[in-house]
Amino acid sequence: METVERDVPRVRFNDAQIEMAHGAGGKASRRLVEGLFVPLLANPILATLSDSALSDFKGSKLATTADGYVVKPLRFPGGSIGELAVNGTVNDLAVAGAVRPLGLMASFILEAGLPGEALRAEVEAMADAAARAGVSIVGGDTKVVEHGFADGMYIATFGFGEVDARANLGPKRIREGDRVLLSGPIGDHGITILLARGELDLEADLASDTRSVAPFVEALLDAIAEDLHWMRDPTRGGVATALNELVAATELGITLFEEAIPLRDEVRGACEILGLDPLHIANEGQILAVVSADSVDGALGAMRSVAGGEHAVCIGEVRAKPARAVLAVTAYGGSRLIDMLVGDPLPRIC
Amino acid sequence: MKYVDEFRDPQLIANVSREIARLAGAGRHYRIMEVCGGHTHAIYRHGLKNLLPPNVELIHGPGCPVCVLPMGRVDDGLSIAQQRDVIMTAFGDMMRVPGTRGTPLEHKARGVDIRMVYSPLDALRIAQSTPEKHVVFFAIGFETTAPSTALTLARARALGIKNFSVFCNHVTIVPAIRAILDSPDMRLDAFVGPGHVSTVTGCRPYEFIARDYGKPVVISGFEPLDILESILMILRQLRSGEARVENQYRRIVPWEGNLPALQAIGEAFELRPYFEWRGLGFISQSALKVSSAFAAWDAEVQFEVPGIRVTDPKAAQCGEVLKGVLKPPQCKLFGKECNPEHPVGALMVSSEGACAAYYRYVHLSESVPA
Repeated sequence: METVERDVPRVRFNDAQIEMAHGAGGKASRRLVEGLFVPLLANPILATLSDSALSDFKGSKLATTADGYVVKPLRFPGGSIGELAVNGTVNDLAVAGAVRPLGLMASFILEAGLPGEALRAEVEAMADAAARAGVSIVGGDTKVVEHGFADGMYIATFGFGEVDARANLGPKRIREGDRVLLSGPIGDHGITILLARGELDLEADLASDTRSVAPFVEALLDAIAEDLHWMRDPTRGGVATALNELVAATELGITLFEEAIPLRDEVRGACEILGLDPLHIANEGQILAVVSADSVDGALGAMRSVAGGEHAVCIGEVRAKPARAVLAVTAYGGSRLIDMLVGDPLPRIC
Repeated sequence: MKYVDEFRDPQLIANVSREIARLAGAGRHYRIMEVCGGHTHAIYRHGLKNLLPPNVELIHGPGCPVCVLPMGRVDDGLSIAQQRDVIMTAFGDMMRVPGTRGTPLEHKARGVDIRMVYSPLDALRIAQSTPEKHVVFFAIGFETTAPSTALTLARARALGIKNFSVFCNHVTIVPAIRAILDSPDMRLDAFVGPGHVSTVTGCRPYEFIARDYGKPVVISGFEPLDILESILMILRQLRSGEARVENQYRRIVPWEGNLPALQAIGEAFELRPYFEWRGLGFISQSALKVSSAFAAWDAEVQFEVPGIRVTDPKAAQCGEVLKGVLKPPQCKLFGKECNPEHPVGALMVSSEGACAAYYRYVHLSESVPA
């Protein structure tokens, strides 16, 4: 493999200590990755900062990805840590174009005292999710730490798959005039987890959207492969962070049509009460896709034909200005800048 | 969503914007201060600036409790948090406010037991479930949050919970407005009055602004249509040479206020002779302390509080921004040393702070047509 000279990183990591924000997917996470990992581990594959690492292997392109799951509580409406671990890994591969993963591996860090039944439930959830995604869990590892050193269990995963030959994706492919598509309503997962922690006297009929997004990707590749320019599943940091990362890698900007962004009333209500921006809330079953303008109808038709994609919509457009920024325009002509998440999303109470 | 969507109707908003532009005409500049941080946030979030003519200028006032809390008080609170067997609890708003040696979040990362709560009652519940620890609630906020702290104190006393106390930093809005009105560089024409505070205080406390200073006040809700309608009501007063207190937020704000809430505040707290406001300096009778009747639940009585005073970094011009003398980007540090991730001045800390809101929502989009 070709090596890259270590050079001065664009972003510096000088933080005195690790904080929760470094794992929240926003600016601090980005500083950690780009200011520490990328320059010290320098290589051309890592430098692309994709959801999956893409390497050439015997004439085809191999996607590999690793992820860790530390969700609390372990089970929540609509899913559980085990299901999330499988779906999340499958999704990182899928948005890289590897829609049919070859295999997953799972490493369990278990806390002494975890009920055996809780572990069984999670392994069963993983088996079910893997079966639904059409992938096998082919290996793994188990470690146990003393009681009090983990929230019941953590799962680290590794996944690999062959990238569909029709997929040609990346920030460099987006052009002025391209459209930004979203597969469905945002914020369900993040708000469900927030409410499932039981710290809020709020109730909502809401479930996590965790699922495999591979069917969306496959439908898009079948319908408009050549016009599909970029994809991402907007997890931690939400839609705002995913799109900011995209424009940061280009000379272009994105304008969002705020009223077009689908949002369940329960999510909107919780965000209103807590002063959170739904664009910063995590999703686990949605994708963002940037496609050429003349393939919007074909792409939306493809996404809507997939179960769960009925509400797929065009939410924005790639524009030359403002460069490297995400802007939202309101239904009544106002506009605001959409920044990446700073730290963790903290509720505003005062 | 009921009570939200009807206040975001694009047609109605367009109509009010047009009427504002017609009434504002040209030739005169209008400087209107929205006192409340919630309004600042809503103005940016909905891009309302684009809907106003250039001669109607909104100036962001002192109504963000996090922004006006001096750094020394944060240090004092964190010094309590670091004492043995203490659990400090605070609203999410407080977690990123820097003291001289870091924010509560940074202290938490170093192992100090600081927990985010959604209400002071949650803090009291933690005290009930961990009797071996002492739970302190880091209370902040205007009259909006003071009643819930007051009721929590009353409950702690009624239940005889001894391992709970309040580190009180509640402030009151009226003295701050008066300080701004008395400032020599004051050049405001009118005020958009705070909505949430007024649900407790009612409208009467603002009457002196109209009577003694001749400035219109309109108490406003937080939806785009509320804020625009309030600006329209202000312009109508200014155009006809009137100065009155009007209540646009009638659906929530009673003219006389919320008497039980005011009574709870009156029982649990007493006025401090003076209190330091970040950016505005010392203002007399502008803050609350836990009343002597609740001394057993007053963290300032139960703990040694160092009473640290920290002067703001000289280059940070928070005071001028708070008074509307400077716009956030005119501050020397704005967007450079001072940004939302590493706030130097208080106004960059909270998302309701004028600078953070400006940084997040405007500094790029302002120059770009929608």
